[in-house]
Amino acid sequence: MAEQRTAVLGTGQTHHRSKRTDVSMPGLLREAVDRAMADADVAWSDIDAVVVGKAPDLFEGVMMPELFLADALGANGKPLLRVHTAGSVGGSTALVAASLVRSGVHRRVLTVAFEKQSESNAMWALSIRVPFTMPVGAGAGGYFAPHVRSYLRRSGAPEHVGAIVAAKDRRNGALNPYAHLRQSEITVDSVQASQMLWDPIRYDETCPSSDGACAMVIGDEQAGDDAPDPAWIHATAMRTEPTTFAGRDQVSPRAGRDAATALWHQAGITDPLSQVDAAEIYVPFSWFEPMWLENLGFAADGEGWKLTEAGETALGGRLPVNPSGGVLSSNPIGASGMLRFSEAAKQVMGRAGEHQVDGARTALGHAYGGGSQYFSMWLVGSGKPA
Amino acid sequence: MTAVESEPAETPEQPLSAPLDIGFDYTRSVGPVLGRFMAALAQRRILGVRGSDGRVHVPPVEYDPGTAEALDELVDVAGEGTVVSWSWIADPLAGQPVQRPFAWALVRLDGADTALLHAVDTGGDPTSVHTGQRVRVRWADEPVGHIRDIAYFVPVADPPADAAPTAPAPPAAATGADDDTTTVDTVVTPVQLSYTHSASPEESRYLRALADGRMLAQRCPGCDKVYIPPRGACPTCGVPTTDEVDLPDTGIVTTFCIVNVPFLGQRIAPPYVGAYILLDGADIPFLHLVLGCEASEVRMGMRVRAAWKPREEWSTTLENIAHFEPTGEADAPYASYAHHL
Repeated sequence: MAEQRTAVLGTGQTHHRSKRTDVSMPGLLREAVDRAMADADVAWSDIDAVVVGKAPDLFEGVMMPELFLADALGANGKPLLRVHTAGSVGGSTALVAASLVRSGVHRRVLTVAFEKQSESNAMWALSIRVPFTMPVGAGAGGYFAPHVRSYLRRSGAPEHVGAIVAAKDRRNGALNPYAHLRQSEITVDSVQASQMLWDPIRYDETCPSSDGACAMVIGDEQAGDDAPDPAWIHATAMRTEPTTFAGRDQVSPRAGRDAATALWHQAGITDPLSQVDAAEIYVPFSWFEPMWLENLGFAADGEGWKLTEAGETALGGRLPVNPSGGVLSSNPIGASGMLRFSEAAKQVMGRAGEHQVDGARTALGHAYGGGSQYFSMWLVGSGKPA
Repeated sequence: MTAVESEPAETPEQPLSAPLDIGFDYTRSVGPVLGRFMAALAQRRILGVRGSDGRVHVPPVEYDPGTAEALDELVDVAGEGTVVSWSWIADPLAGQPVQRPFAWALVRLDGADTALLHAVDTGGDPTSVHTGQRVRVRWADEPVGHIRDIAYFVPVADPPADAAPTAPAPPAAATGADDDTTTVDTVVTPVQLSYTHSASPEESRYLRALADGRMLAQRCPGCDKVYIPPRGACPTCGVPTTDEVDLPDTGIVTTFCIVNVPFLGQRIAPPYVGAYILLDGADIPFLHLVLGCEASEVRMGMRVRAAWKPREEWSTTLENIAHFEPTGEADAPYASYAHHL
């Protein structure tokens, strides 16, 4: 069967908080799912399959969550898949769901990703000490901080650029009613005055720990035609590489470059900075904005920070990055990637509310995970792909 | 953690193994439906939920298995019911509800349409449990709002003469006010995992060399890259690596971070410098600790050497090196290590 055109019909997410003890895990997912199904104007009988994603099992201590979530996800009697690619899982889960429609297997697929960080301690889970090794691991921040230092050395970026990203994303978060952190008063100075956690990463340059979920309904061409404002999926890409090998570029991993190259090629994009209207990029620590701008091809090597410093990634700039507030404002880890994908969709659907980028017709959703070893991304547009 | 040889010293080629024990007390927020179920248990009542088709589910489900609709009509069911099926546990594990031989049973309580999984105590007698048997709840002495408030079930006819030994009660639940009814918000579910972690044959040779104060690497025959720890196969070329190379215990810091943040399970008191150390002659760095100077003086390209613990403390671990410290030599030029970042 020929490849089918595919569209996001609706999106939904929870109010993200540090502790959502008012709901169970199934209840958390349903908050996002019910909103996505209402946004897509579909009923359970319209859903052919369900694809669920979450971060590593140790984060919540739940093995095979897809089994105990089947009732809540209306999945009984339907195909139910679970996807797992560490922090990028929200993105790759959406891509697996999209592929089930694009291939012609299903007409409408519900996809959902979540994290209930308050039930555990991700920092602990990421610092499990394996025998025979040095116990120097210090969670995700401890893992990524040396690579941020390498970026600073390689690019010569001035030190305040990280704070510019953090202040921008948190102020954007204040425009997003679902965001966990909504800090309209934050400034570059106040970010720079915050505590250094994993030098060179400061407290205010670090993502929060959130409970939250995100869901989308993805449909085929006919479903997209019937929807009032679908987000058409123009291109998708996923790439993986080993966490460590001799000569690996830890600052700008090849898997990310290759995925971006494939994405732009599929979509017929030759100048991403000019042709993309908004980008939701996975930035858990502020410096990853300029790093990924380069890795994605929006800027040449060593030049990404110049876009940030010039204000081009702020709302109203040439390429608004993370108008929703991004991972720096809400970080339910398993859902963070899908939030990037769904926020990109909301932009081209014209449903982003106060953080809407005026006239956005083409938007990027991006996620990465593990030790920068998994990359997933999609490009969505308000117009149907050729 | 102490490394333990899996075999006696006379068979040194066996891979090394060591215990890896991890555990965490997960806090489950149970949601409004199970929260009311658990709050009722504290009052020695059992609630079910009425599904869209009228069936009563015990324990209650939050969403209907058929229609996926949210359910909230909770109804009382009896503390007595019928064994639908069962399995005999001859040797109870630590933490299981009954600490003598018992049956795991599916019990359909009167008034319910689904079966609850719980323990049935017959005084340790496997011949005294059967499908269709009538059983009755034996409540915990001090119910707290937890599934274990149901200590276990006993046969209605001819229950055991003595109370069964039970596992220690679970941690108390957190409660909150929901309208005028008190509900259970969260329950604590401790999870303990015990693994035996085994090193590969190549890593074991490297670890045994460490026990002799040597840094043993492997070189890939395809790309000539030198890996420490050795991996047995080159991640780039995919070919076996068999050529062993001894490396010096000197090298450089490629990049690093200063850990200022304390966290659960941390082994080194912050602040400390976690650094990628590239040994002279190696093509990949490993993470270690840098001491011997102020954290603020650590630099990319800084020359360092291993500070070994006293020889009598050595075993098969990279922890034989207490830390790396500056040699005082000139820093390596950036271009010499830029491709290791």
